[in-house]
Amino acid sequence: MKPHTLPLLLLFVITLVSDGSAQTSTVAEIDALRAEIVALKADYDQRLQALERQFAALQNQAQPAPPTQTPATTAAPPQTAEVPAGAQGAGGPGGQLPVYGGAAAGSKIFNPDIAVIGDFLGAAGSNKVPNPEPALTMHESEAAFQAIVDPYARADFFFSFGEQGVNLEEGYLTFPAVPGGLLVRAGKMRAAFGKINTLHNHVLPWTDRPLVTRSLMGGEDGINDAGFSVARLIPNPWIFLEATGQVFRGDSSDLFTSSKRGDLSYVGHLRGYQDITESTNIDIGISYSRGHNGSGIVDNLDLGRFRTTVYGTDATVRWRPLRRSIYHSFVGRSEFMWSRRGQPNGVQSALGYYFSGDYQFARRWFAGIRYDRSKRADNALLTDKGQSAVLTYWPSEFSQLRGQYRRTQYANGPTADEFLMQFQFSIGAHGAHPF
Amino acid sequence: MTNKICLAAFIALFTVSLSVHAESKLNVVTTTEDLAAIAREVGGDHITVDSIAKGYQDPHFVEAKPSFILKLQKANLLILVGRDLEIGWLPPLIQQSRNSKVQVGADGYLDASLQARILEIPQVQITRAEGDVHPLGNPHYWLDPENGKIIAREIFDRVARFRPDDRSYFESRLNDFLNRLNDAEKRWVAMMAPYKGTKMVTYHRSFPNFAERFGLDIVGYVEPKPGIPPTPQHTLDLINQMKKANVKIVLVEPYFDLKTPNSIGRATGAEVLVMPPSVGGVKEASDYFKLFDYDLNLLINAMKKTSAN
Repeated sequence: MKPHTLPLLLLFVITLVSDGSAQTSTVAEIDALRAEIVALKADYDQRLQALERQFAALQNQAQPAPPTQTPATTAAPPQTAEVPAGAQGAGGPGGQLPVYGGAAAGSKIFNPDIAVIGDFLGAAGSNKVPNPEPALTMHESEAAFQAIVDPYARADFFFSFGEQGVNLEEGYLTFPAVPGGLLVRAGKMRAAFGKINTLHNHVLPWTDRPLVTRSLMGGEDGINDAGFSVARLIPNPWIFLEATGQVFRGDSSDLFTSSKRGDLSYVGHLRGYQDITESTNIDIGISYSRGHNGSGIVDNLDLGRFRTTVYGTDATVRWRPLRRSIYHSFVGRSEFMWSRRGQPNGVQSALGYYFSGDYQFARRWFAGIRYDRSKRADNALLTDKGQSAVLTYWPSEFSQLRGQYRRTQYANGPTADEFLMQFQFSIGAHGAHPF
Repeated sequence: MTNKICLAAFIALFTVSLSVHAESKLNVVTTTEDLAAIAREVGGDHITVDSIAKGYQDPHFVEAKPSFILKLQKANLLILVGRDLEIGWLPPLIQQSRNSKVQVGADGYLDASLQARILEIPQVQITRAEGDVHPLGNPHYWLDPENGKIIAREIFDRVARFRPDDRSYFESRLNDFLNRLNDAEKRWVAMMAPYKGTKMVTYHRSFPNFAERFGLDIVGYVEPKPGIPPTPQHTLDLINQMKKANVKIVLVEPYFDLKTPNSIGRATGAEVLVMPPSVGGVKEASDYFKLFDYDLNLLINAMKKTSAN
């Protein structure tokens, strides 16, 4: 604000007020007000000069030996921007906002919502497979940047910082109101295959992902690729029904490998949802995915042109009594996946699934179990099995502590008994709770 | 020729279906039952109103169920409490609604808090060390009838803009509501006048506007910090504080567990009241007027009882 803005503003307001009550105002009152304004102005000027002196003194301290002393009056003031109208009244910041790097005025207000979620993992017990979870690891630090782009679109970015490097976990543009009732998305995203493939690590009810994700979906990241997604609600008088179609570049973990531009991969998903009562609901889905795999690639040439097709079904039952919704809930979930992978030694047909149940027995406590079983995509003769028991404690909505006992019977190795411990914590903007 | 007739018939049918659509009732979806109750007062039978959250559930923790997406998909107007109350569940519902009318900033998106009197807006830097604080102020502002009037006027402006032909209908309903609310408010304030300054404790910070309007003095909370469940140490401190200040009332929202409040009640001799902050919180609080009637009668009966002891 310029030095004289406040007195001028006061004068303006007073003029307005005196206009409205001109008939009742007396000359004496106007004179008194005028004197008050003059006094205010003098006081304001005095304070301003004092501040300028202080500022100059601070500058001199910061630069102990300047060749010539910079006059205080020519010192560049710190760049600031006005708070947009309405922000202050709406509880936003008041006064001036600092602007770093000389950005356009008001830029900080339009910064995206930023959140960082830390996932610290500890493991104990025996596991003889190559590269098991290390004893202690900062498994993932996810940075989320989310904002509305313009009246037509919003953007979401999720960067996943591991101990080895950075990965763009997701980064996409969403057009939420395209004509035709479509929800269109473009960018890199987790594919709408089943349930847990769409979920980030920090919202899973476990410290790890089920065996079926690792064995049939190409690893921890599952199907996660650059492409387009179009989803539409299918109107009907009975249930919520949503169909999603996605086209990807065709490179996704160990599952799909694209050796030329035409080797795209495809995902289709149909989701049905119905409230049974106000507390109980059921959510079911079927999924399909197809793309080229890397088993026929020799010297960077895809000689085999082999494909992988994965079919999936998922079902979730949720219970949360509304009157005690913050104290008790239950989620029962299962997913079946069937992979048909073309390979030089013939098609491998592998089935995998998991069952899980998570019960919230107090406001901050959750207990869960999971049963895993999956054949391996590249060798359907090998079957891994696993059982887990999980206990989770939430100190608050923004942090959680989890312990998981996991027993895994590997097809080609000894049984592993492990205890996994996880701290998760979130700072920054309050994200929406996933459903 | 036949094709042309068919085309004309199709266009006619399409036009008729459009005009039928245009004359249909304005479809209003609100996030809470309080806003739905006020919208009903203004809109009468010229609008349909549906609320996402029930009055007896915690409005901070509503699940973003797909069935709510279907509600929003058909909405002409979405009215929300704002001030980040719905931050944990409304954004994904709006995003998936496929409805351009109710997207943030669109004409059909009405944040009811913008003109209301909001309390507890933080004046200093806040952190989550203070719990799940609302950086934009306390969102439970509808519990002041003066704010009820402001919300009603905002809803009127919006529905009248959408249905200009019904403007006079909405206006007469708005004026009727404001008159009735003025009368009721005078009655409520008079009822509470003898109890001005009564000290009480509430579970969550749900009642600052209510306390301000009716002259109550909230001296503590069962939650140590917003959104943080009671701890033994805080409960002991609260009991001591209540004994010192002679606090005899504990207000609990219907969705909180009564175990800790009851033990506080036993230790201090205070009355523990399950007091709904929302329409629909109990069966008797079926509209905006009955919510205040119920809450104030509950309080007055308890205050009479505790002052007699």
